[in-house]
Amino acid sequence: MAAKPKVAFYWCASCGGCEETVVDLHEDVLKVVEAVDIALWPVALDFKLKDVQAWKPGEVAVAFINGAVRLSEQEEWVKLLREKCPLVVAFGSCAHLGGIPGLANDKTRDEIFANKYFRSPTVDNPGKTLPQEHCRVNGYELELPNFWKEVKTLDQVIEVDYYLPGCPPPTSTVAAAVGAILKGELPPKGSVLAPEKSLCESCPRKDSKPERLSISRFKRIATSIPDPEKCFLAEGYLCMGPATRSGCGERCLHGNMPCRGCFGPTPGSLDQGTKMLSTICSLGEADTDETAQAYADSLVDPLGTFYRFSLPASLLRRSRRQEPV
Amino acid sequence: MAAGPFEPKIVGFLCRWCSYTGADLAGTSRIQYPPNVTPIRVMCSGRVDPTFIVKALADGADGVLVAGCHPGDCHYQEGNYKTMRRFPMLLKLLDQFGIERDRVRLEWVSASEGERFAAVVKDLTEKVRALGPLNWNGKRAAAAAAQSA
Repeated sequence: MAAKPKVAFYWCASCGGCEETVVDLHEDVLKVVEAVDIALWPVALDFKLKDVQAWKPGEVAVAFINGAVRLSEQEEWVKLLREKCPLVVAFGSCAHLGGIPGLANDKTRDEIFANKYFRSPTVDNPGKTLPQEHCRVNGYELELPNFWKEVKTLDQVIEVDYYLPGCPPPTSTVAAAVGAILKGELPPKGSVLAPEKSLCESCPRKDSKPERLSISRFKRIATSIPDPEKCFLAEGYLCMGPATRSGCGERCLHGNMPCRGCFGPTPGSLDQGTKMLSTICSLGEADTDETAQAYADSLVDPLGTFYRFSLPASLLRRSRRQEPV
Repeated sequence: MAAGPFEPKIVGFLCRWCSYTGADLAGTSRIQYPPNVTPIRVMCSGRVDPTFIVKALADGADGVLVAGCHPGDCHYQEGNYKTMRRFPMLLKLLDQFGIERDRVRLEWVSASEGERFAAVVKDLTEKVRALGPLNWNGKRAAAAAAQSA
């Protein structure tokens, strides 16, 4: 029997939810372990940088990397993995599009540091100490990674072969992807391993969508409860379904939560946020400047809503708003 | 590009039925106005996806003009209403990105309003000039460097 192929899992700026997906395979994880050897998995097993540096090129067949990239340390790791592995898969929304950590691109680095190290109510920092890349403690030179000015997607840092979208990717798509890799039945390089149609196509509520949607103002999920059967948009809740790729298993919809857009834009769409803006506003009832303004005013945070998972992958990538620190 | 005074680069999406014809009228009437708007003829202002506007800004434009038929005059009945509905939300989004409101403008210009077209372009150009280059992601500086090389 030939040696089992080796795979690596790595994480950058992420929450650990993507690792959870692997754990959520439950006993099926045994089948995965039967088929492949896990060569690197920092969340569960202890590996060091030097272990990866010692790999022979091609020894580990595929690296699944989750999380967005913001630190020089993450850059070092992903570049090393790219060098060693013939296949790199961006695993989950953060690696694919920037994800929730990507929303930090709404703020400057200085604002983030000020908030974290000066203003946070649980921080007492009278000396206004900030983390330094280099400092000396008891005669030792200590080093911290550089915190970049912006959050980047994985493919803004290294070449990526495939994308597994989702926050987190559903276990079924992960299992299908691993199976396809093992069999060598892969789609063209650069593919997103999910269906090409928008979520509305597979929405369990699509029959309740009226011929013509008409919204005068947005309702908020925090202050009212949607009907569990009806199209969210028809009720006035902002649902990212029209601008989002399907394949997620409609998990949020089954939980009576409108789509938040984690699977990213449909193919051919340059920018998920402006596409959603276009859809949702064209549908409005407004026919004067005033009513159009009132419609816009009823959505509290367009940037955070339209780009909840995709800000670093958007055309503008980050906000330039400078707030006093 | 030689380093001279800043000349704003503005992309103009003009509806084929009203505003593009209005721009033509400004020309045939020999009205003088700044040459900073690069016109792109579209079938309807409703066809101007907000993605186009954002892409123009991301790729180096300092401002964007969208011009269409007056409400009620749309050749396709309601295309310009769709644009009207999208604009306040787009401006709100651009605020969050830190892009000044004066850089992006929606105007209604009919085929007979050559004077108005020239006035709109003049005003927009001066407002963008006052704001200075947008230079999103360093695209403008990069293009200028490539041109002078």
